[in-house]
Amino acid sequence: MSQSQTAKYEPWNERDFTHVRPYGDTFDDGVVQLSFSLPVPFGEEAAEAARQLVVKMGLTEPAVVHQHDLGENFTFVILYAKTQAAVDYTKIKVAKVSGARMSFYEVNEYIKEQIGRKITIIGACTGTDAHTVGIDAIMNMKGYNGEYGLERYPMVEAYNLGSQVENEEMVAKAIEYNADAILVSQVVTQKDVHIPNLSQLVELLQAEGLREKLILVCGGPRISHELALELGYDAGFGPGTLAPDVASYVVQEMVKRGLK
Amino acid sequence: MSKLYLDSHQVARARQAAATIADSLEAFMLERTTVAVERTVLRLYGLDGVDADYVPLPNVVVDHLKEAGVLDQGAARFVINAVVQRDLTIQEVGELVADGTLDLLDIPLADEATLQARATALAATALDGIRANRAKRDHYLNTLGEGKRPYLYVIVATGNIYEDVVQAKAAARQGADIIAVIRSTGQSLIDYVPYGATTEGFGGTYATQENFRVMRAALDEVGEEIGRYIRLCNYCSGLCMPEIAAMGAIERLDVMLNDALYGILFRDINMQRTLVDQNFSRMINSFAGVIINTGEDNYLTTADAVEQAHAVLASQFINEQLALRAGLPAEQMGLGHAFEMSPEIEDGFLMELAQAQMAREIFPHAPLKYMPPTKHMTGNIFKGHVQDTLFNMVGVMTNQGIQLLGMMTEAIHTPLIHDRHIAIEGAKYVFNNMRSLGDEIEYKRDGKIVARAQQVLAEATAMLEDVQEIGMLEAIARGMFADVKRTMTGGKGLAGVLMRADNYFNPFETLLRAELGLEAITR
Repeated sequence: MSQSQTAKYEPWNERDFTHVRPYGDTFDDGVVQLSFSLPVPFGEEAAEAARQLVVKMGLTEPAVVHQHDLGENFTFVILYAKTQAAVDYTKIKVAKVSGARMSFYEVNEYIKEQIGRKITIIGACTGTDAHTVGIDAIMNMKGYNGEYGLERYPMVEAYNLGSQVENEEMVAKAIEYNADAILVSQVVTQKDVHIPNLSQLVELLQAEGLREKLILVCGGPRISHELALELGYDAGFGPGTLAPDVASYVVQEMVKRGLK
Repeated sequence: MSKLYLDSHQVARARQAAATIADSLEAFMLERTTVAVERTVLRLYGLDGVDADYVPLPNVVVDHLKEAGVLDQGAARFVINAVVQRDLTIQEVGELVADGTLDLLDIPLADEATLQARATALAATALDGIRANRAKRDHYLNTLGEGKRPYLYVIVATGNIYEDVVQAKAAARQGADIIAVIRSTGQSLIDYVPYGATTEGFGGTYATQENFRVMRAALDEVGEEIGRYIRLCNYCSGLCMPEIAAMGAIERLDVMLNDALYGILFRDINMQRTLVDQNFSRMINSFAGVIINTGEDNYLTTADAVEQAHAVLASQFINEQLALRAGLPAEQMGLGHAFEMSPEIEDGFLMELAQAQMAREIFPHAPLKYMPPTKHMTGNIFKGHVQDTLFNMVGVMTNQGIQLLGMMTEAIHTPLIHDRHIAIEGAKYVFNNMRSLGDEIEYKRDGKIVARAQQVLAEATAMLEDVQEIGMLEAIARGMFADVKRTMTGGKGLAGVLMRADNYFNPFETLLRAELGLEAITR
């Protein structure tokens, strides 16, 4: 697929970030791999259906490299194809959680110096979600992967309320503990059940006039900062987040917003 | 002969400590009953259906007796009394109580001998139905046969029982031996069992008797077609442990999660409530020929798998002793453990192998339930598939009973239809290709694997002897299991626990204890 008009383009010397395509083993080859199942019987027709579908996705040169009969008239396919689409990397803007990442010690020092009192953070898995692995990793004394959880922070009063906490209960606890920040963990996201649940908490906090008085953060394997902002949260944290990531953000945001 | 050179005296010491712990818990459990146990009695008698507000009739009747302050004598006494005195069926009694036209306390009590005889006769008939289910399973196993161990266990979790059926049948055709229908998130915390076929759930499908029946029929159908009995699994643990066990017995489920400690630690269910519930539910599981699965693997989702390996083993010892006291034979004890160490650890595989081989040797007849990596799974599905492959190697090398197949998309979503296929294909490859490797292997006497197993056994023995000293309930309160602390009076469901009255009477318990070779309760 050599193109005469790009013959002088020598990406190994200088990369052009304005037209970026997937890289397989040659610059600009646009190779993508796909796998999916179709609810049709196994056979030649299934492979052809997959090829046509991939072409309709805007890809070219679809090649079915493997297909398997899943039974009950389902067929699994693995394909390779190419895309002609390109993006301008130089124009990319991504919403990111602001502020520097501080260590356990730095966060506690920062609170002492900049806020001058212990701060209170409450957290829970809310709604029907019973999977506390995420909130536990952030909040429990022991923490995760060698990073202490918020309960261990001397300048943080941390309350892990556990699982299946209703949004109303969350708001009541925020008032009871006079919370500076609320952390909401959502692990179960099947059929997007987390979206209305997360939105409801924002509405309840607004109704109570609390929304602007505290930092509201959500996290989970399918949470992004962008989604969090969209839902009315101050920040969102995805997979791989540890306690210092969340704590650094919360304390800096408190100071930025004058929530002392 | 132990390949790990485990000291049989030390194993016996650990088992003895666990037996002492289980004895004290048993005494505690047999003095009490719960609303769930009494609802179970009514379900076993055949009471089913819901009232105008969709409250299940077993709840309606038990709440009626509880409000009247007589539930501590057992629900059977009053319901069978109505059957005797008014010539009604159990179902009619429930319906009349539900529409408010019958107050069970208004009916004069029949004489004790008549009551007991009728209650026992009806209970015996109900148990015959479960016995027939067990015979039917045995017939299928004898005629259709079953997959080799480790059984391939996969989950379905669409929320819609009819769509679950499609995926379950596809999985069976691909090679799955056990289909588990994951429950809707939060079901473990509701104090009733939903009714009827359900098509909406969160992260899973409600456990209802009708859903059990629908899936059972589908798996029998596909099993007959492919010539292999397909086992059905669901979950007892939660506030309705014995009720769900009863439903499973009636609808011929084969495998059921059953672990009070899981409910205590991870669902914050009151420990008194769920321990009492567990004992009766395990008796029902035992009689129904159900393999129970215990939840030790869950400890490792909160606690570290390397540091807390001994707590898993200690809990297996306790679960074994509690199961024996519920009449459950070793062949039905799917004691749990998991492949949950960080993949970054040098020689981590050796420690996993040591743990699995040790469990195999200590519980030689138990169909151990081996859980896949979850905690250290990431969005990198390609690496995840390799993690699952190592897990499968340990499973076949150590002859595990039930291999809960890992999904490469574990950290992302409930399994897509082809995730399940890829998992089954990978497991079948490893199991077949390495089938007899375990038989060929001996471990170096002064090597790392032997040393690790011996260390974990020593730590577990010490832990059990500590727990024996302070008592199980106190040990839980101190956070000795999974780093989670729970108290005697904390958690959900305590209001549903009652001390048994002197004339307490549960004909199913009495019959089951005799059937299962347990001593009769004397008071």
